[in-house]
Amino acid sequence: MPKTLYDKIWDAHVADEAEDGTCLLYIDRHLVHEVTSPQAFEGLRMAGRQVHAPDKTIAVPDHNVPTTLDRAKGIDNEESRIQVDALDQNARDFAIHYYPVDDIRQGIVHIVGPEQGWTLPGMTVVCGDSHTATHGAFGALAHGIGTSEVEHVLATQTLIQKKSKNMKVEITGKLNPGVTAKDITLAVIGKTGTAGGTGYVIEYCGEAIRDLSMEGRMTVCNMAIEGGARAGLIAPDETTFAYVKGRPHAPKGAQWDAALAWWKTLHSDDDAQWDKVITLKGEEIEPVVTWGTSPEDVLPISGVVPSPSDFTGGKVEAVKRALDYMGLKPGTPLSDIPVDAVFVGSCTNGRIEDLREVAKILKGKKVAEGVRMMIVPGSGLVREQAEEEGLADIFKQAGADWRLAGCSMCLAMNPDQLAPEERCASTSNRNFEGRQGYKGRTHLVSPAMAAAAAITGHLTDVREMI
Amino acid sequence: MDKFEKLTGIAAPMPLVNIDTDMIIPKVFLKTIKRSGLGVNLFDEMRYDREGNEIADFVLNKPQYRNAEILIAGDNFGCGSSREHAPWALADFGIKAVISTSFADIFFNNCFKNGILPIVLPREQVDLLMSDAEKGQNARMTVDLEAQVITTSDGAEIPFEVDAFRKHCLLNGLDDIGLTLEKKAAIDAFEAKAAQARPWV
Repeated sequence: MPKTLYDKIWDAHVADEAEDGTCLLYIDRHLVHEVTSPQAFEGLRMAGRQVHAPDKTIAVPDHNVPTTLDRAKGIDNEESRIQVDALDQNARDFAIHYYPVDDIRQGIVHIVGPEQGWTLPGMTVVCGDSHTATHGAFGALAHGIGTSEVEHVLATQTLIQKKSKNMKVEITGKLNPGVTAKDITLAVIGKTGTAGGTGYVIEYCGEAIRDLSMEGRMTVCNMAIEGGARAGLIAPDETTFAYVKGRPHAPKGAQWDAALAWWKTLHSDDDAQWDKVITLKGEEIEPVVTWGTSPEDVLPISGVVPSPSDFTGGKVEAVKRALDYMGLKPGTPLSDIPVDAVFVGSCTNGRIEDLREVAKILKGKKVAEGVRMMIVPGSGLVREQAEEEGLADIFKQAGADWRLAGCSMCLAMNPDQLAPEERCASTSNRNFEGRQGYKGRTHLVSPAMAAAAAITGHLTDVREMI
Repeated sequence: MDKFEKLTGIAAPMPLVNIDTDMIIPKVFLKTIKRSGLGVNLFDEMRYDREGNEIADFVLNKPQYRNAEILIAGDNFGCGSSREHAPWALADFGIKAVISTSFADIFFNNCFKNGILPIVLPREQVDLLMSDAEKGQNARMTVDLEAQVITTSDGAEIPFEVDAFRKHCLLNGLDDIGLTLEKKAAIDAFEAKAAQARPWV
């Protein structure tokens, strides 16, 4: 029977299947951070259980860590400090791999995993974090889990799962200049809605996806969860293999050859069956921004703020609430919306290529008067590389705040937050109410669009700058 | 985990669509290392003003809904993050069942691990339950998991679907990990086989 990529990875990881189709799915990599794990480790202790496969378990603190240059002095907020200390302790007690705050390899868990070669094609990867979908860029089945499931994976290295349905999202043709992976993934959510992927695993394919770097592919898969999908996948190819080769935990020698031979079989068969297919033309995708408080509230930058009357059903009330929260009037051109802050970073857009895109636009320019721009690399190694490439100098000369690695203002669990009603062009993944700070207003954009907004002080079509 | 068998209680209507996990429990409350005590901060930014005073027209602040045990919610409830703090907060407040046309996948899974029953129904039936819930404390609904039937305050019966394994676990208050460890031999056998097939993992 022809299979999809998802079918192939799934079949290779079923450790047990009950009559009703409930499976025990074996987990190859378990990534752990400080926010969703303390209760799970506590559960193990109370039951006298051990971590089943400490060698396959990798922990790094990211959500709570300060990103200021003086963070070696420790974390001021007591609760944040306790959470990071708990991860330190748990990593030691259970002998799992660990990158502490002062390690150059520390960073956002979804950036560290691929960077260190923990994430490989054909694997199952989970983490107590919805943006685990990121790792699907390697052709790994990767998704977020709750804390009870974190405990379950720690104790058994398996997850109780039922299989999802298969959805194909094809992006045909080429992207126009100024259009990036972030615009693709937001445009898809704009089309499907935030519940459009519920019950599915998405495979992204087509020429525009093939043309993306691994960084771009990670951006696309990262936001599969924002479309409601359990996971997003991209079949591994030469781009994937080139990225993986030589990373610290990637296979070497004869094992590399054996792995590569299997990885090359990891693609959907030509006659595979899909439960749902969505096709977008790459040429028709424009740079996009969000105007509301759901990632599905997406429009091309050339558009205007919509009116509640443009919608039907429960969305009418939701749009009224969103426009009120965002302080926007229907009919306002999106490119007229002024911003107070710009945030570049997160597991969506905190990789080296994202920083290069920002630097390309910012080079020789200044951040607009009255706008604060925060640039937060996704890991210590990304920061180091950006400094070596001269990107950091461009950021600093433009007047941006160049910081240390962490989740930062994507979810604002550390002091990096928006003030009430402060408006931000952000490369992160969620524009929910209060996400970047109490009453803060978020417009999701690509790194290039974020840089353009920083220079002009309002949402801006980056195509005018290239 | 507490058993879920049959529940008769007040249902609160929350028709807003896309109620996300940041709304259910904002991130400032994710810094806890415990599972308990989050109920007071459930829907915190919708429920309280900046000074911590209750916002009178928020549904769970209305006298008739303060003891609600069921939520009737708009589409795509629980979208967003994987934080299990969301069902912990709901459970700690006293919510034992949530009914909507759709739920986000991770939130849906997390509910079952915490003794909360999420029920998916067609729109017309959710609309009917929403109207019933709007009657306030006179509208006590019954959710019977064993029989898989919801009974409205008027006695109308609405059947619902639930995964058989999850139903079994909820009815008996079973711990997943204990059940999985009974299959340790299968896991060990899989591991041995996978180590041969994919030694680089």
